[in-house]
Amino acid sequence: MLTLFGRSPSRDVAKNRLRNVLAHDRADTSPEFMELLRQDVIRTVSEYVELSGQNIDLKLQNADDHVAIVANIPIKQLKRRGRPGNN
Amino acid sequence: MGEVIVITSGKGGVGKTTTTANLGVALAQLGMKTCLLDADIGLRNLDVVLGLENRIVYDLVDVVEGFCRLRQALIRDKRLEGLSLLPAAQTKDKTAVTPEQMKAVTDDLREEFDYILVDSPAGIEQGFRNAIAGADRALIVATPEVASVRDADRIIGLEEAAEIPPARLIVNRVRPGMVRRGDMMSVEDIVDILAIDLIGVVPEDEQIIVTTNRGEPATLSSGSRAGEAYRSIAHRLRGEEVPFADLEEAGGFLSRLRRIFGQT
Repeated sequence: MLTLFGRSPSRDVAKNRLRNVLAHDRADTSPEFMELLRQDVIRTVSEYVELSGQNIDLKLQNADDHVAIVANIPIKQLKRRGRPGNN
Repeated sequence: MGEVIVITSGKGGVGKTTTTANLGVALAQLGMKTCLLDADIGLRNLDVVLGLENRIVYDLVDVVEGFCRLRQALIRDKRLEGLSLLPAAQTKDKTAVTPEQMKAVTDDLREEFDYILVDSPAGIEQGFRNAIAGADRALIVATPEVASVRDADRIIGLEEAAEIPPARLIVNRVRPGMVRRGDMMSVEDIVDILAIDLIGVVPEDEQIIVTTNRGEPATLSSGSRAGEAYRSIAHRLRGEEVPFADLEEAGGFLSRLRRIFGQT
């Protein structure tokens, strides 16, 4: 939604800015939250992929109008999986 | 046994003290024995907002240090049966009281009162730690501004960490006209972002300034919109269902709000 002058209403701008800043605040003030998330990602991904060590890097990154969790997960190789019904 | 409710916000100037005073009046009007405890040691203000500043003899620190008995420090509000104030000290600082001492004081007050409302200082330091020490539950006051909502989020996290049951939110100083024009976050926006339960919406109301000038909380007399909002919150604190219909001008966003909270 844009106003006559092509700018978003300040209400929407405030909301988006708050969402971004709170994502970072919550991650910063609760390192255990990010660590739990990291552990869960490792557990889930290793069901499909052989990981190269446990050093996966997980961080919040600002995009244009949202915050993204960006993960860098070094892998050794994908696990072999038959298609459902083929094995 | 009374219940201890702490009023917090993180950010200063959003209306914690005004909320404490008016909620106290509203609860006493419902016949509840209510004690207001000013935990802002060194920056005492609840007394002037209530208009009781000339009646202070002893304060919270005197009680904690054993200079007087708890009962001697309590000021009864002569305008309203059942309302009392335990004032903060003005000449000491936050370190004059420990969280353990604070808990002991609120536990003593439980014997005597139905509700103990603790007015927390701004910030997240020891004054805040003291204020939440004896609390059974917490109310968070936030205004529709980014700084206030951000600080509220931090406070919610700290109260969770202190294992106080999930706080409930009072959105203060809402200006429905600005919300409609897209110039202010709506109550719905803020509830959405903070993801906590709403207990009240207080509209911006010039009467708050006028009545505070006189030391007579708006809720003492009928006719102010803010006072009505505080009375609704008092009912909700007592566990009653009160529809969020206080803001007559609010039209669109409040009807959406009612849908969210299942009230038609």
